[in-house]
Amino acid sequence: MAMEEIVIRVKDVYKSFGRQKVLNGINLAVERGEITVIIGKSGSGKSVLMKHLIGLIKPDRGEILVDGVDITRLGESQLNEVRKRFGMLFQEAALFDSMTVEENVAFPIREHRRFSDGEVGRLVDEKLRQVGLSGVNEKMPSELSGGMKKRVGLARALALDPEIVLFDEPTSALDPVISLTIEDLIKKTQTRLKKTYVVISHDILGMFRIADKIAMLYDGEIVAFGPPDEVRRSDLPAVKEFLEATRIPGFAGGGAELAG
Amino acid sequence: MSLKDHAKKLFTPVGTFAAEFGGIWIMFTTAAYLTFRRPVRIDAIFKQMEFIGVKSLWVVIVTGGFTGMVLALQTYYGFRRFSSEGLVGTTVALSMTRELGPVLTGLMVTGRAGSAIAAELGTMRVTEQIDALTVMALNPVKYLVVPRVLASFLMLPILTVISDFMGIVGGYFVGVKLLGINEGIFTSRMVKYVDLEDIYNGLAKAACFGVILAVISCYKGFNTKGGAEGVGRATTEAVVVSSITILVADYVLTSLMF
Repeated sequence: MAMEEIVIRVKDVYKSFGRQKVLNGINLAVERGEITVIIGKSGSGKSVLMKHLIGLIKPDRGEILVDGVDITRLGESQLNEVRKRFGMLFQEAALFDSMTVEENVAFPIREHRRFSDGEVGRLVDEKLRQVGLSGVNEKMPSELSGGMKKRVGLARALALDPEIVLFDEPTSALDPVISLTIEDLIKKTQTRLKKTYVVISHDILGMFRIADKIAMLYDGEIVAFGPPDEVRRSDLPAVKEFLEATRIPGFAGGGAELAG
Repeated sequence: MSLKDHAKKLFTPVGTFAAEFGGIWIMFTTAAYLTFRRPVRIDAIFKQMEFIGVKSLWVVIVTGGFTGMVLALQTYYGFRRFSSEGLVGTTVALSMTRELGPVLTGLMVTGRAGSAIAAELGTMRVTEQIDALTVMALNPVKYLVVPRVLASFLMLPILTVISDFMGIVGGYFVGVKLLGINEGIFTSRMVKYVDLEDIYNGLAKAACFGVILAVISCYKGFNTKGGAEGVGRATTEAVVVSSITILVADYVLTSLMF
Protein backbone atom coordinates (compact mmCIF):
# COMPACT_ATOMS: atom_id res chain seq x y z
CA MET A 1 0.00 0.00 0.00
CA ALA A 2 1.48 3.26 -1.10
CA MET A 3 -0.21 5.69 1.21
CA GLU A 4 -1.47 4.77 4.60
CA GLU A 5 -3.86 7.09 6.26
CA ILE A 6 -4.98 7.04 9.86
CA VAL A 7 -8.74 7.54 10.33
CA ILE A 8 -9.02 6.92 14.05
CA ARG A 9 -6.17 7.52 16.41
CA VAL A 10 -6.51 6.67 20.09
CA LYS A 11 -3.94 8.43 22.23
CA ASP A 12 -3.18 7.49 25.83
CA VAL A 13 -6.76 6.76 26.78
CA TYR A 14 -7.47 5.92 30.41
CA LYS A 15 -10.82 4.91 31.82
CA SER A 16 -11.85 3.50 35.18
CA PHE A 17 -15.23 2.68 36.63
CA GLY A 18 -15.01 3.32 40.34
CA ARG A 19 -11.80 1.62 41.45
CA GLN A 20 -11.69 -0.73 38.50
CA LYS A 21 -9.20 0.37 35.89
CA VAL A 22 -10.49 -0.76 32.50
CA LEU A 23 -8.38 1.12 29.99
CA ASN A 24 -4.84 1.79 31.03
CA GLY A 25 -3.23 4.00 28.43
CA ILE A 26 -4.57 2.77 25.11
CA ASN A 27 -2.76 3.74 21.92
CA LEU A 28 -4.16 2.61 18.63
CA ALA A 29 -4.20 3.73 15.01
CA VAL A 30 -6.89 2.56 12.61
CA GLU A 31 -6.04 2.87 8.93
CA ARG A 32 -8.49 3.87 6.26
CA GLY A 33 -9.96 1.07 4.18
CA GLU A 34 -8.76 -1.74 6.42
CA ILE A 35 -10.25 -4.22 8.84
CA THR A 36 -8.72 -3.66 12.23
CA VAL A 37 -9.61 -6.31 14.77
CA ILE A 38 -9.23 -5.73 18.48
CA ILE A 39 -8.80 -9.08 20.22
CA GLY A 40 -9.07 -9.58 23.92
CA LYS A 41 -10.49 -11.77 26.63
CA SER A 42 -14.03 -11.30 27.87
CA GLY A 43 -14.05 -8.43 30.32
CA SER A 44 -10.78 -7.02 29.01
CA GLY A 45 -12.46 -3.72 28.12
CA LYS A 46 -12.98 -4.26 24.38
CA SER A 47 -16.56 -3.04 24.42
CA VAL A 48 -15.59 -0.07 26.55
CA LEU A 49 -12.87 0.81 24.07
CA MET A 50 -15.29 0.56 21.16
CA LYS A 51 -17.85 2.76 22.91
CA HIS A 52 -15.13 5.37 23.27
CA LEU A 53 -14.60 5.41 19.51
CA ILE A 54 -18.13 6.65 18.88
CA GLY A 55 -18.50 8.90 21.90
CA LEU A 56 -20.86 6.73 23.95
CA ILE A 57 -18.31 6.89 26.78
CA LYS A 58 -15.89 9.72 27.49
CA PRO A 59 -12.37 8.79 28.62
CA ASP A 60 -10.98 9.95 31.95
CA ARG A 61 -7.83 11.04 30.15
CA GLY A 62 -6.50 10.96 26.60
CA GLU A 63 -7.61 11.80 23.09
CA ILE A 64 -9.60 10.07 20.40
CA LEU A 65 -8.99 11.63 17.01
CA VAL A 66 -11.32 10.96 14.11
CA ASP A 67 -9.70 12.45 11.02
CA GLY A 68 -7.68 14.68 13.30
CA VAL A 69 -10.64 15.95 15.34
CA ASP A 70 -10.59 15.09 19.03
CA ILE A 71 -14.12 13.81 19.64
CA THR A 72 -13.71 13.80 23.41
CA ARG A 73 -13.91 17.58 23.37
CA LEU A 74 -16.95 17.90 21.13
CA GLY A 75 -20.42 18.93 22.25
CA GLU A 76 -23.39 16.67 21.57
CA SER A 77 -24.42 18.31 18.29
CA GLN A 78 -20.88 18.30 16.82
CA LEU A 79 -20.45 14.75 18.04
CA ASN A 80 -23.62 13.81 16.18
CA GLU A 81 -22.11 15.15 12.96
CA VAL A 82 -19.15 12.81 13.49
CA ARG A 83 -21.47 9.93 14.39
CA LYS A 84 -23.26 10.27 11.06
CA ARG A 85 -20.05 8.99 9.44
CA PHE A 86 -20.19 5.83 11.55
CA GLY A 87 -22.26 2.70 11.44
CA MET A 88 -22.31 0.17 14.22
CA LEU A 89 -23.33 -3.45 14.54
CA PHE A 90 -24.15 -4.22 18.16
CA GLN A 91 -23.45 -7.48 19.93
CA GLU A 92 -27.11 -8.52 20.03
CA ALA A 93 -27.82 -6.49 16.88
CA ALA A 94 -29.93 -4.02 18.95
CA LEU A 95 -32.75 -4.00 16.40
CA PHE A 96 -35.74 -1.93 17.47
CA ASP A 97 -38.14 -4.67 18.47
CA SER A 98 -41.23 -2.54 17.90
CA MET A 99 -40.39 -2.24 14.19
CA THR A 100 -40.28 -4.68 11.28
CA VAL A 101 -37.03 -5.57 9.55
CA GLU A 102 -37.78 -3.12 6.77
CA GLU A 103 -38.59 -0.28 9.21
CA ASN A 104 -35.39 -1.03 11.11
CA VAL A 105 -33.17 -0.70 8.05
CA ALA A 106 -35.17 2.28 6.76
CA PHE A 107 -35.00 4.04 10.13
CA PRO A 108 -31.64 5.82 9.80
CA ILE A 109 -32.44 6.68 6.17
CA ARG A 110 -35.77 8.28 7.04
CA GLU A 111 -34.22 10.15 9.97
CA HIS A 112 -31.26 11.61 8.11
CA ARG A 113 -32.18 11.75 4.41
CA ARG A 114 -35.05 13.27 2.52
CA PHE A 115 -35.96 10.43 0.18
CA SER A 116 -39.35 9.44 -1.19
CA ASP A 117 -40.92 6.25 0.17
CA GLY A 118 -40.12 4.47 -3.09
CA GLU A 119 -36.46 5.38 -2.91
CA VAL A 120 -36.24 4.34 0.74
CA GLY A 121 -37.83 0.98 -0.12
CA ARG A 122 -35.42 0.42 -2.98
CA LEU A 123 -32.44 1.29 -0.77
CA VAL A 124 -33.64 -1.03 1.99
CA ASP A 125 -33.97 -3.91 -0.48
CA GLU A 126 -30.50 -3.19 -1.79
CA LYS A 127 -28.97 -3.16 1.70
CA LEU A 128 -30.76 -6.36 2.66
CA ARG A 129 -29.55 -8.00 -0.55
CA GLN A 130 -25.99 -6.94 0.28
CA VAL A 131 -26.18 -8.98 3.47
CA GLY A 132 -27.85 -11.90 1.72
CA LEU A 133 -31.41 -11.47 2.94
CA SER A 134 -34.63 -11.26 0.98
CA GLY A 135 -38.29 -11.83 1.76
CA VAL A 136 -37.96 -10.96 5.43
CA ASN A 137 -38.98 -7.31 5.12
CA GLU A 138 -42.21 -7.69 7.05
CA LYS A 139 -40.87 -9.91 9.82
CA MET A 140 -40.39 -8.65 13.37
CA PRO A 141 -36.92 -8.99 14.95
CA SER A 142 -38.28 -11.50 17.49
CA GLU A 143 -39.08 -13.87 14.60
CA LEU A 144 -35.48 -13.94 13.37
CA SER A 145 -32.61 -16.23 14.32
CA GLY A 146 -29.43 -14.82 15.87
CA GLY A 147 -27.54 -14.91 12.59
CA MET A 148 -30.34 -13.21 10.69
CA LYS A 149 -30.58 -10.49 13.33
CA LYS A 150 -26.89 -9.81 12.85
CA ARG A 151 -27.42 -9.55 9.10
CA VAL A 152 -30.27 -7.10 9.53
CA GLY A 153 -28.14 -5.19 12.03
CA LEU A 154 -25.35 -5.02 9.47
CA ALA A 155 -27.78 -3.84 6.77
CA ARG A 156 -28.96 -1.10 9.13
CA ALA A 157 -25.37 -0.16 9.99
CA LEU A 158 -24.57 0.14 6.28
CA ALA A 159 -27.82 1.98 5.44
CA LEU A 160 -26.30 5.46 5.24
CA ASP A 161 -23.08 4.28 3.53
CA PRO A 162 -20.92 5.15 6.54
CA GLU A 163 -17.17 5.58 6.14
CA ILE A 164 -16.41 3.65 9.31
CA VAL A 165 -18.27 0.60 10.60
CA LEU A 166 -17.82 -0.73 14.12
CA PHE A 167 -18.58 -4.37 15.00
CA ASP A 168 -19.12 -5.39 18.61
CA GLU A 169 -18.52 -9.16 18.86
CA PRO A 170 -20.11 -9.97 15.49
CA THR A 171 -19.79 -13.74 15.89
CA SER A 172 -20.39 -14.27 19.59
CA ALA A 173 -23.33 -16.51 20.45
CA LEU A 174 -23.49 -17.91 16.91
CA ASP A 175 -22.76 -21.46 15.84
CA PRO A 176 -19.48 -22.04 13.96
CA VAL A 177 -21.12 -22.30 10.54
CA ILE A 178 -23.12 -19.10 10.91
CA SER A 179 -20.02 -17.42 12.40
CA LEU A 180 -18.12 -18.30 9.27
CA THR A 181 -20.78 -16.81 6.99
CA ILE A 182 -20.88 -13.62 9.07
CA GLU A 183 -17.09 -13.36 8.89
CA ASP A 184 -17.24 -13.85 5.13
CA LEU A 185 -19.97 -11.24 4.92
CA ILE A 186 -17.83 -8.76 6.84
CA LYS A 187 -14.88 -9.45 4.57
CA LYS A 188 -16.98 -9.36 1.41
CA THR A 189 -18.75 -6.08 2.16
CA GLN A 190 -15.49 -4.51 3.24
CA THR A 191 -13.68 -5.58 0.10
CA ARG A 192 -16.47 -4.27 -2.09
CA LEU A 193 -17.28 -1.06 -0.25
CA LYS A 194 -13.69 -0.21 0.79
CA LYS A 195 -14.84 1.14 4.14
CA THR A 196 -12.90 1.20 7.37
CA TYR A 197 -14.02 -1.61 9.66
CA VAL A 198 -13.16 -1.93 13.34
CA VAL A 199 -14.11 -5.27 14.87
CA ILE A 200 -13.84 -6.36 18.47
CA SER A 201 -13.90 -10.05 19.17
CA HIS A 202 -12.49 -12.84 21.27
CA ASP A 203 -12.79 -15.26 18.36
CA ILE A 204 -9.13 -15.27 17.43
CA LEU A 205 -9.28 -17.97 14.75
CA GLY A 206 -12.04 -16.38 12.74
CA MET A 207 -10.63 -12.91 13.01
CA PHE A 208 -7.12 -13.87 11.93
CA ARG A 209 -8.76 -14.93 8.68
CA ILE A 210 -10.37 -11.58 7.87
CA ALA A 211 -8.22 -8.98 9.63
CA ASP A 212 -5.77 -6.62 7.97
CA LYS A 213 -4.46 -5.58 11.37
CA ILE A 214 -4.79 -7.20 14.75
CA ALA A 215 -4.59 -5.31 18.03
CA MET A 216 -4.28 -7.39 21.16
CA LEU A 217 -5.89 -5.86 24.24
CA TYR A 218 -4.51 -7.12 27.53
CA ASP A 219 -4.75 -5.57 30.99
CA GLY A 220 -6.14 -2.36 29.57
CA GLU A 221 -3.33 -1.89 27.08
CA ILE A 222 -2.69 -2.77 23.46
CA VAL A 223 0.20 -5.22 23.86
CA ALA A 224 0.56 -6.28 20.24
CA PHE A 225 -0.37 -4.62 16.99
CA GLY A 226 0.25 -5.53 13.39
CA PRO A 227 -0.76 -7.79 10.52
CA PRO A 228 -2.12 -11.19 11.66
CA ASP A 229 1.02 -13.11 10.70
CA GLU A 230 3.20 -10.79 12.70
CA VAL A 231 0.99 -10.99 15.78
CA ARG A 232 0.83 -14.76 15.47
CA ARG A 233 4.62 -15.01 15.67
CA SER A 234 4.77 -12.71 18.69
CA ASP A 235 6.59 -13.97 21.77
CA LEU A 236 4.50 -11.98 24.22
CA PRO A 237 3.00 -14.18 26.95
CA ALA A 238 -0.42 -12.56 26.58
CA VAL A 239 -0.57 -13.40 22.89
CA LYS A 240 0.79 -16.89 23.41
CA GLU A 241 -1.74 -17.58 26.13
CA PHE A 242 -4.56 -16.58 23.84
CA LEU A 243 -3.29 -18.59 20.89
CA GLU A 244 -2.66 -21.67 22.97
CA ALA A 245 -6.17 -21.55 24.39
CA THR A 246 -7.52 -21.85 20.86
CA ARG A 247 -4.93 -24.33 19.62
CA ILE A 248 -6.50 -26.67 17.14
CA PRO A 249 -3.87 -28.31 14.93
CA GLY A 250 -4.26 -27.56 11.28
CA PHE A 251 -6.40 -24.44 11.68
CA ALA A 252 -5.38 -21.00 10.67
CA GLY A 253 -4.16 -19.30 13.81
CA GLY A 254 -3.91 -22.64 15.56
CA GLY A 255 -0.72 -23.30 17.35
CA ALA A 256 1.17 -25.66 15.06
CA GLU A 257 4.38 -23.89 16.04
CA LEU A 258 3.26 -23.61 19.63
CA ALA A 259 2.31 -27.25 19.83
CA GLY A 260 6.01 -28.01 19.37
CA MET B 1 -16.49 -0.91 62.62
CA SER B 2 -14.42 2.20 62.46
CA LEU B 3 -15.79 5.71 62.53
CA LYS B 4 -15.18 5.97 58.81
CA ASP B 5 -17.37 2.95 58.12
CA HIS B 6 -20.14 4.38 60.26
CA ALA B 7 -19.96 7.67 58.42
CA LYS B 8 -20.03 5.80 55.13
CA LYS B 9 -23.09 3.85 56.18
CA LEU B 10 -24.80 7.06 57.13
CA PHE B 11 -23.92 9.11 54.07
CA THR B 12 -24.13 6.57 51.25
CA PRO B 13 -27.96 6.51 51.20
CA VAL B 14 -28.02 10.31 51.37
CA GLY B 15 -25.62 10.46 48.43
CA THR B 16 -27.65 7.91 46.48
CA PHE B 17 -30.84 9.83 47.11
CA ALA B 18 -29.25 13.11 46.03
CA ALA B 19 -27.82 11.51 42.89
CA GLU B 20 -31.20 9.98 42.04
CA PHE B 21 -33.05 13.23 42.61
CA GLY B 22 -30.49 15.11 40.51
CA GLY B 23 -30.73 12.54 37.73
CA ILE B 24 -34.52 12.79 37.63
CA TRP B 25 -34.33 16.59 37.64
CA ILE B 26 -31.82 16.58 34.76
CA MET B 27 -34.04 14.26 32.76
CA PHE B 28 -37.00 16.57 33.40
CA THR B 29 -35.16 19.73 32.30
CA THR B 30 -33.66 18.00 29.26
CA ALA B 31 -37.06 16.70 28.20
CA ALA B 32 -38.68 20.10 28.81
CA TYR B 33 -36.01 21.81 26.70
CA LEU B 34 -36.21 19.26 23.89
CA THR B 35 -40.02 19.49 23.79
CA PHE B 36 -39.64 22.86 22.10
CA ARG B 37 -36.96 21.75 19.63
CA ARG B 38 -37.60 20.46 16.16
CA PRO B 39 -38.52 17.98 14.88
CA VAL B 40 -41.86 17.53 16.65
CA ARG B 41 -42.84 13.88 16.44
CA ILE B 42 -46.61 14.19 16.30
CA ASP B 43 -47.25 10.53 15.47
CA ALA B 44 -45.07 9.35 18.36
CA ILE B 45 -46.94 11.69 20.72
CA PHE B 46 -50.33 10.41 19.53
CA LYS B 47 -49.18 6.83 19.88
CA GLN B 48 -48.18 7.47 23.49
CA MET B 49 -51.41 9.38 24.16
CA GLU B 50 -53.29 6.31 23.06
CA PHE B 51 -51.17 4.03 25.21
CA ILE B 52 -51.10 6.19 28.35
CA GLY B 53 -54.54 7.75 27.98
CA VAL B 54 -57.04 5.75 25.98
CA LYS B 55 -55.89 2.40 27.27
CA SER B 56 -56.13 3.59 30.89
CA LEU B 57 -59.76 4.55 30.40
CA TRP B 58 -61.41 1.50 31.92
CA VAL B 59 -59.13 1.43 34.92
CA VAL B 60 -59.92 5.08 35.61
CA ILE B 61 -63.66 4.66 35.07
CA VAL B 62 -63.92 1.74 37.47
CA THR B 63 -61.65 3.32 40.10
CA GLY B 64 -63.42 6.68 39.93
CA GLY B 65 -66.90 5.16 40.02
CA PHE B 66 -66.31 2.92 43.00
CA THR B 67 -64.41 5.60 44.91
CA GLY B 68 -67.40 7.95 44.52
CA MET B 69 -69.73 5.18 45.62
CA VAL B 70 -67.82 4.24 48.77
CA LEU B 71 -67.31 7.91 49.58
CA ALA B 72 -71.06 8.49 49.49
CA LEU B 73 -71.64 5.45 51.64
CA GLN B 74 -69.07 6.43 54.29
CA THR B 75 -70.00 10.08 54.50
CA TYR B 76 -73.70 9.19 54.64
CA TYR B 77 -73.21 7.13 57.80
CA GLY B 78 -71.05 9.88 59.25
CA PHE B 79 -73.31 12.81 58.39
CA ARG B 80 -76.48 11.00 59.46
CA ARG B 81 -75.32 11.35 63.05
CA PHE B 82 -75.58 15.13 62.60
CA SER B 83 -78.64 14.92 60.37
CA SER B 84 -76.75 16.55 57.54
CA GLU B 85 -77.12 13.89 54.85
CA GLY B 86 -77.70 16.69 52.37
CA LEU B 87 -73.98 17.44 52.37
CA VAL B 88 -73.04 14.02 51.00
CA GLY B 89 -73.16 15.26 47.40
CA THR B 90 -70.96 18.25 48.19
CA THR B 91 -68.44 16.12 50.04
CA VAL B 92 -68.22 13.56 47.28
CA ALA B 93 -67.83 16.20 44.58
CA LEU B 94 -65.24 18.24 46.48
CA SER B 95 -63.22 15.17 47.46
CA MET B 96 -63.26 13.83 43.92
CA THR B 97 -62.38 17.05 42.09
CA ARG B 98 -59.86 18.43 44.53
CA GLU B 99 -58.17 15.30 45.73
CA LEU B 100 -59.17 11.80 44.83
CA GLY B 101 -59.74 12.27 41.10
CA PRO B 102 -56.22 13.52 40.34
CA VAL B 103 -54.40 11.36 42.89
CA LEU B 104 -56.15 8.10 42.08
CA THR B 105 -55.78 8.71 38.35
CA GLY B 106 -52.09 9.46 38.86
CA LEU B 107 -51.57 6.29 40.91
CA MET B 108 -53.56 4.07 38.55
CA VAL B 109 -51.79 5.37 35.44
CA THR B 110 -48.47 4.90 37.25
CA GLY B 111 -49.35 1.29 37.87
CA ARG B 112 -50.55 0.67 34.36
CA ALA B 113 -48.47 2.90 32.07
CA GLY B 114 -45.53 3.96 34.26
CA SER B 115 -44.51 0.36 34.86
CA ALA B 116 -44.82 -0.39 31.14
CA ILE B 117 -42.72 2.64 30.23
CA ALA B 118 -39.96 1.62 32.65
CA ALA B 119 -40.03 -1.97 31.40
CA GLU B 120 -39.97 -0.98 27.73
CA LEU B 121 -37.18 1.59 28.05
CA GLY B 122 -35.31 -0.70 30.44
CA THR B 123 -35.38 -3.50 27.89
CA MET B 124 -34.24 -1.09 25.21
CA ARG B 125 -31.36 -0.05 27.47
CA VAL B 126 -30.12 -3.56 28.25
CA THR B 127 -30.44 -4.68 24.61
CA GLU B 128 -28.45 -1.58 23.53
CA GLN B 129 -31.34 -0.14 21.50
CA ILE B 130 -30.90 3.20 23.27
CA ASP B 131 -27.18 3.16 22.42
CA ALA B 132 -28.17 2.34 18.84
CA LEU B 133 -30.24 5.53 18.70
CA THR B 134 -27.32 7.56 20.02
CA VAL B 135 -24.94 5.99 17.52
CA MET B 136 -27.38 6.95 14.74
CA ALA B 137 -26.93 10.56 15.87
CA LEU B 138 -30.43 10.72 17.35
CA ASN B 139 -31.06 12.02 20.83
CA PRO B 140 -32.76 9.18 22.75
CA VAL B 141 -34.35 11.61 25.21
CA LYS B 142 -35.92 13.51 22.34
CA TYR B 143 -36.98 10.32 20.66
CA LEU B 144 -38.24 8.27 23.61
CA VAL B 145 -38.81 10.50 26.63
CA VAL B 146 -40.37 13.65 25.17
CA PRO B 147 -43.40 11.94 23.54
CA ARG B 148 -44.13 9.98 26.72
CA VAL B 149 -43.86 12.96 29.05
CA LEU B 150 -45.91 15.16 26.75
CA ALA B 151 -48.59 12.51 26.26
CA SER B 152 -48.81 11.87 29.99
CA PHE B 153 -48.98 15.63 30.69
CA LEU B 154 -51.88 16.00 28.26
CA MET B 155 -53.80 12.85 29.07
CA LEU B 156 -53.81 12.92 32.89
CA PRO B 157 -56.16 15.95 33.13
CA ILE B 158 -58.52 14.35 30.60
CA LEU B 159 -58.55 11.08 32.53
CA THR B 160 -59.11 13.05 35.74
CA VAL B 161 -62.19 14.74 34.29
CA ILE B 162 -63.57 11.29 33.55
CA SER B 163 -62.62 10.05 37.01
CA ASP B 164 -64.28 13.09 38.66
CA PHE B 165 -67.41 12.57 36.60
CA MET B 166 -67.58 8.86 37.35
CA GLY B 167 -67.03 9.51 41.05
CA ILE B 168 -69.88 11.98 41.20
CA VAL B 169 -72.14 9.67 39.22
CA GLY B 170 -71.22 6.83 41.60
CA GLY B 171 -71.89 9.06 44.60
CA TYR B 172 -75.23 10.11 43.15
CA PHE B 173 -76.20 6.53 42.50
CA VAL B 174 -75.42 5.39 46.05
CA GLY B 175 -76.63 8.56 47.80
CA VAL B 176 -79.86 9.23 45.92
CA LYS B 177 -80.87 5.88 44.50
CA LEU B 178 -79.74 3.52 47.25
CA LEU B 179 -79.75 5.60 50.44
CA GLY B 180 -82.65 7.83 49.51
CA ILE B 181 -81.13 11.29 49.92
CA ASN B 182 -83.35 13.96 48.37
CA GLU B 183 -82.21 14.43 44.78
CA GLY B 184 -82.76 18.19 44.76
CA ILE B 185 -80.74 18.77 47.91
CA PHE B 186 -77.97 16.44 46.73
CA THR B 187 -77.43 18.25 43.45
CA SER B 188 -78.19 21.84 44.44
CA ARG B 189 -75.76 21.82 47.37
CA MET B 190 -73.15 20.23 45.17
CA VAL B 191 -73.53 22.95 42.56
CA LYS B 192 -73.57 25.64 45.23
CA TYR B 193 -70.42 24.62 47.08
CA VAL B 194 -68.18 23.29 44.32
CA ASP B 195 -66.46 26.04 42.36
CA LEU B 196 -64.91 25.75 38.93
CA GLU B 197 -61.64 26.63 40.64
CA ASP B 198 -61.78 23.36 42.59
CA ILE B 199 -61.97 21.47 39.35
CA TYR B 200 -59.26 23.50 37.63
CA ASN B 201 -56.84 23.11 40.50
CA GLY B 202 -57.48 19.40 40.52
CA LEU B 203 -56.71 19.24 36.80
CA ALA B 204 -53.52 21.26 37.25
CA LYS B 205 -52.42 18.77 39.87
CA ALA B 206 -53.23 15.92 37.50
CA ALA B 207 -51.04 17.46 34.78
CA CYS B 208 -48.17 17.71 37.28
CA PHE B 209 -48.67 14.07 38.29
CA GLY B 210 -48.57 13.15 34.61
CA VAL B 211 -45.17 14.77 34.22
CA ILE B 212 -43.90 13.23 37.48
CA LEU B 213 -44.88 9.67 36.62
CA ALA B 214 -43.62 9.85 33.05
CA VAL B 215 -40.27 11.47 33.90
CA ILE B 216 -39.56 9.09 36.79
CA SER B 217 -40.60 6.01 34.80
CA CYS B 218 -38.45 7.09 31.85
CA TYR B 219 -35.54 7.85 34.16
CA LYS B 220 -35.77 4.42 35.78
CA GLY B 221 -35.98 2.75 32.37
CA PHE B 222 -33.06 4.74 30.99
CA ASN B 223 -30.82 3.86 33.92
CA THR B 224 -31.55 0.15 33.96
CA LYS B 225 -28.54 -2.06 34.58
CA GLY B 226 -28.10 -5.79 34.54
CA GLY B 227 -30.37 -7.73 32.21
CA ALA B 228 -33.82 -9.10 32.95
CA GLU B 229 -33.40 -8.73 36.69
CA GLY B 230 -32.49 -5.09 36.21
CA VAL B 231 -35.59 -4.49 34.11
CA GLY B 232 -37.73 -5.98 36.88
CA ARG B 233 -36.04 -3.79 39.46
CA ALA B 234 -36.44 -0.69 37.32
CA THR B 235 -40.14 -1.37 36.87
CA THR B 236 -40.75 -1.81 40.59
CA GLU B 237 -38.72 1.27 41.46
CA ALA B 238 -40.53 3.32 38.83
CA VAL B 239 -43.91 2.51 40.37
CA VAL B 240 -42.77 2.97 43.98
CA VAL B 241 -40.85 6.20 43.44
CA SER B 242 -43.54 7.70 41.16
CA SER B 243 -46.33 6.86 43.60
CA ILE B 244 -44.50 8.31 46.60
CA THR B 245 -43.51 11.41 44.66
CA ILE B 246 -47.10 11.91 43.51
CA LEU B 247 -48.36 11.76 47.09
CA VAL B 248 -45.67 14.13 48.36
CA ALA B 249 -46.22 16.51 45.44
CA ASP B 250 -49.96 16.32 46.10
CA TYR B 251 -49.49 17.73 49.59
CA VAL B 252 -47.13 20.46 48.42
CA LEU B 253 -49.33 21.49 45.49
CA THR B 254 -52.50 21.43 47.59
CA SER B 255 -50.97 23.61 50.27
CA LEU B 256 -49.84 26.07 47.58
CA MET B 257 -53.12 26.13 45.68
CA PHE B 258 -56.00 26.22 48.12
